[in-house]
Amino acid sequence: MIPASRPRLIALYVAVFALLAGLALRIWDIQVKNAPVYRALASSERIREVVTPPTRGSIVDDLGAPIVTSTPALVISVSLPALWQQSDGGEAVLSRLATLLHIKQSVMRDDVRLCTVGVRPPCWAGSPYQPVPVAENVSATTALQVLENQRLYPGVTAAVQPVTHYQQPISTSLAQVLGYLQPITASELKAQGLPSTGYSGVDLVGQAGLELQYDSALRGVPGMQKLAVDAAGQVTGTISKVPPTAGDYLVTSINSAVQMDTERALAAAVGRSQLAGNPTKNGGAAVVMTTTGRVLAMASYPTYNPSIWNRGISQREFNRLFGTAYGEPVLNRATQGQYAPGSTWKITSVAAAVAAGYSLSGSYNCPATVTIGGHSYANDGNPNLGPMSLHEALVLSCDTVFYQLAYDIWQHDHPGANVVTSPKAPIQEMQKMELAWGFGHNTGVDLPAENPGSVPTREWLYYLWKANAHAGQNWCKNGRINGTYVQQIEYDDCRIGNVWTPGQAVIAAIGQGYVSVTPLQLARAYVALANGGTLYSPRIGEALISPTGKVVRRINPPVVGHLPVAKSTLAYIRNALAGVVTSGTAAGTFAGFPLNKVCVAAKTGTAQVAGLQATSVFASFAPCVHPKYVVVMMIPNSGYGSDVSGPAVRQIWDGIFGLEGHKAALPGGNLPTVLPHLNRAGQLVPPPGFGPPPVKPTKPAKPTRSPSPSASPTTSAPGGHG
Amino acid sequence: MSWVSSNQPRGLAQPLWGLTRRAAVRLAGRQSVLRQANWVLFGAVIALSLLGTLVIWSATRQVLGNAYLYKQLLNITIGVILMLVVSSLDTRHIKLYAPVLYAAACLGLLAVLSPLGTVVNGARSWISLGAGFQVEPSEFAKLGLILMSAMVLSEVAAGHRRPATKAIMVTLGLGAVPVLLVVAEPDLGVTMLLAVLMLGLIALSGVRLRWLFGMLAAAALGITAIINLHLLKAYQVSRLAAFINPSADPRGTGYSAAQAKIAIGSGGLHGVGLFHSQLIAGNYVPEQQTDFIFAVVGNELGFIGTMILIGLLAVMLFTALRIAARAEDQFGMLVASGIAIWFAVQSFINIGMTVGIMPVTGLPLPFVSYGGSALFADMIAIGLLQSIHRRRNVFAA
Repeated sequence: MIPASRPRLIALYVAVFALLAGLALRIWDIQVKNAPVYRALASSERIREVVTPPTRGSIVDDLGAPIVTSTPALVISVSLPALWQQSDGGEAVLSRLATLLHIKQSVMRDDVRLCTVGVRPPCWAGSPYQPVPVAENVSATTALQVLENQRLYPGVTAAVQPVTHYQQPISTSLAQVLGYLQPITASELKAQGLPSTGYSGVDLVGQAGLELQYDSALRGVPGMQKLAVDAAGQVTGTISKVPPTAGDYLVTSINSAVQMDTERALAAAVGRSQLAGNPTKNGGAAVVMTTTGRVLAMASYPTYNPSIWNRGISQREFNRLFGTAYGEPVLNRATQGQYAPGSTWKITSVAAAVAAGYSLSGSYNCPATVTIGGHSYANDGNPNLGPMSLHEALVLSCDTVFYQLAYDIWQHDHPGANVVTSPKAPIQEMQKMELAWGFGHNTGVDLPAENPGSVPTREWLYYLWKANAHAGQNWCKNGRINGTYVQQIEYDDCRIGNVWTPGQAVIAAIGQGYVSVTPLQLARAYVALANGGTLYSPRIGEALISPTGKVVRRINPPVVGHLPVAKSTLAYIRNALAGVVTSGTAAGTFAGFPLNKVCVAAKTGTAQVAGLQATSVFASFAPCVHPKYVVVMMIPNSGYGSDVSGPAVRQIWDGIFGLEGHKAALPGGNLPTVLPHLNRAGQLVPPPGFGPPPVKPTKPAKPTRSPSPSASPTTSAPGGHG
Repeated sequence: MSWVSSNQPRGLAQPLWGLTRRAAVRLAGRQSVLRQANWVLFGAVIALSLLGTLVIWSATRQVLGNAYLYKQLLNITIGVILMLVVSSLDTRHIKLYAPVLYAAACLGLLAVLSPLGTVVNGARSWISLGAGFQVEPSEFAKLGLILMSAMVLSEVAAGHRRPATKAIMVTLGLGAVPVLLVVAEPDLGVTMLLAVLMLGLIALSGVRLRWLFGMLAAAALGITAIINLHLLKAYQVSRLAAFINPSADPRGTGYSAAQAKIAIGSGGLHGVGLFHSQLIAGNYVPEQQTDFIFAVVGNELGFIGTMILIGLLAVMLFTALRIAARAEDQFGMLVASGIAIWFAVQSFINIGMTVGIMPVTGLPLPFVSYGGSALFADMIAIGLLQSIHRRRNVFAA
């Protein structure tokens, strides 16, 4: 080596060392320091998780008859990425498929487009990488045609998937209670904190009603297959496989026969009111057991067929369902409709009066009009009925008696707090009683999205005024002293909206003004009246039964309070309500009703609403002694309680007890006390002594008769598996 | 060696036996190749080759069974024989043959550009020999360039302390031929490597520092001028862009590099175990048995495996440098350090691209990547090192 080369060679030593050291440092950074990051990336690379959707649990009635069922069926699905790879974006494939499946081309196109910004349903809300179901329950022949002609149908597959089946007509009758299912969206996945692998776009989740309330139990656990795949997406093996677990049965206390009767009676009442020229648009009704707080029937008008949620809902159906033009059929009027209760409210006013020291044996004057605070308040129809007992005041529904009682109480009920300047102002005596009857707050029924109604306490008034005087409805800006009717009210509200006036007090006493309730709230208050004071949080769900027949959970309506009313006072009120039917405001409605067979007690309500027809309210219980059931119906914008709701409620009682030519829904007026159970064939059978279920199960290939009551197994105890 | 001297067969077999005997004596005799061999270098190279074979097997057995295992074992066997043959040559003879090898390599590169060449992965760098055999002349061009440059640069006239200016010019001129041919393929990796080799050898030859800086400055100036003065036509610019920017690779080299990085990173400290990687079995890293073999090592053998590999490379490289330092003559020093530069730079570019610090090129990892041509060239280089080692200056450092 020449001397000049030596330092250069040494430099080369250094350079080689530097290169190797640089590599080692970089490798350390990747393999040791950041290994977890790359490990996470790698596992997402090589494993594909295939979700096997579980069969969703059925919702059944009190006898175990199916209302909503989920059954496996052959489903044709379309893979969107495969379609997009076609030169025409898959147009030709979709067109061929539409012809094969006898679906309109436009419907098919809507079904497979993605729900993005500006695209309203129908559209595919799931991941674009999940197959989009376009036809369910197809024949095996159709499925084979698709599978064997992949050249004609690229990206189209047929597979067995759970399909929701709505038993008719019961599910339409109960549509809002049931709720509906939709593919889970990415945001729901996030909001519910579910693992993104657990619920794929094909998974349906309850979006409303019982389907939402009991979603986690009904849903079951999806099966998960972890497949090893290579870079080309070819499956090279199965890493693990967990089969899906079917969801639980939700046994409800809904009695299908009573439910059908209730819904039909409600619809018929609305129809009659419309025929009479009233702009009646909606209404709600509920039938609740007095001794348990369970809901037997719950109806909302208008209703709809929940099957439209299957396989994507069309834009037209969607508009119809959520649009006010069609009365928003998606709303459950029994729990979300807030209506003035009218005179059905007077039971709380009597209780409040007694609590305030007014005697049940006293005499109360019922003049045609009373003047309170400079205003004249008239008895409905202006009759002067003279002095009467509180019994008669309820039977004849004398308004002026209650006006005077309310005014009397108003005069000594913290008058200093009547100009409400704080939310902490004391609650008025009558309103305190109303709150105790469960009004003004949610019933806690096992349905999501309930409305609380309103009881105008001073606190409530304060917030109403604060929210609307200078904001919200902006009374002070919009009000005119000489303007339209509404402007005049706004003018007054601006000035004295936060004042608990005698006028507000007296109209609140007859269930008008600021008072509003839901039909279910009214029903549970009457349940409390009927059972001697126990206030329930009503329940529709009765039990969850696992697919193996085990009772997973019994659902009992919790007792949320006791009426602060003496038993004797409640008995007095019940007695008066029995008189309403025989000689009071409902006497005409129940003329000819076989009260000797079943004694029905009731209260009519006709709430005047500014600018609209009256809200027709009818609240009743039967039998008069040891009542079993409460039936309540509220139909706004229709007319008198005794004219619209009353006859409909009479029909419902006919149906329950089998009177006036009706078939008895509950023979002897009794309900089963035990749950339906799963037989060896995996079918729910009614409790001994009941059934066979009024509606046949969906799909048994051979019509199997359920065993006769006496032959049915005596081991109906929970835990026996089928 | 008793088995060599006894029982000589007679008749026709005798000349053949004579050849064999001569070869055996040459290999195993007192002054023999084997006795004089640098066993550390040999051991490191064999270890690298066998490690490579193992991971090649792991990377290919899912699809091809044991085919690549046997082929690579055969390649190693041929390579070791080539190494032994070359190591038995005298460095003075090698110096004489250098122009021949250089010319052959240039002709090979020229042939690649002719219809004889085959396009593999976007570059026209292979010659198909038929029957499934292919040869990559650029591998031998590296050898040719090293030998030719070393030959030219080792000529230091009597009384001079450094090679003449003419020698540098000749080296640059001779080096430009293979470089331009490789640019035409186009092969970024080999171009980079040949340029570094040329500059490195010129630097090591002992030229004045001002020459070195002058060359570097000229290169920088030239590149700047070409870019700023728009001396290139539009299509030439786009060719250059595609050549420099790896993301312009039609196969999407960005994907390969990302996959390789994931594979290496997810190997962690201990690796997922030889034959146990689903990433490798699933063929997630493209070219995982050749250019991206390091990703397999990283994934299956982890940080421990990669450090063993880097360690073996270090042993090989520093042994080569030590051989250079103790070489008997300037030619030997230049050849040995040229080989060290080759392996060091090529290993750095190859591993660097799998860990995301170098652009993706088609340079294999010496001794480890699958492939005959590369391994043969690598083994011939080791043979050269052994030959130089044998004629070492025992009194030198």
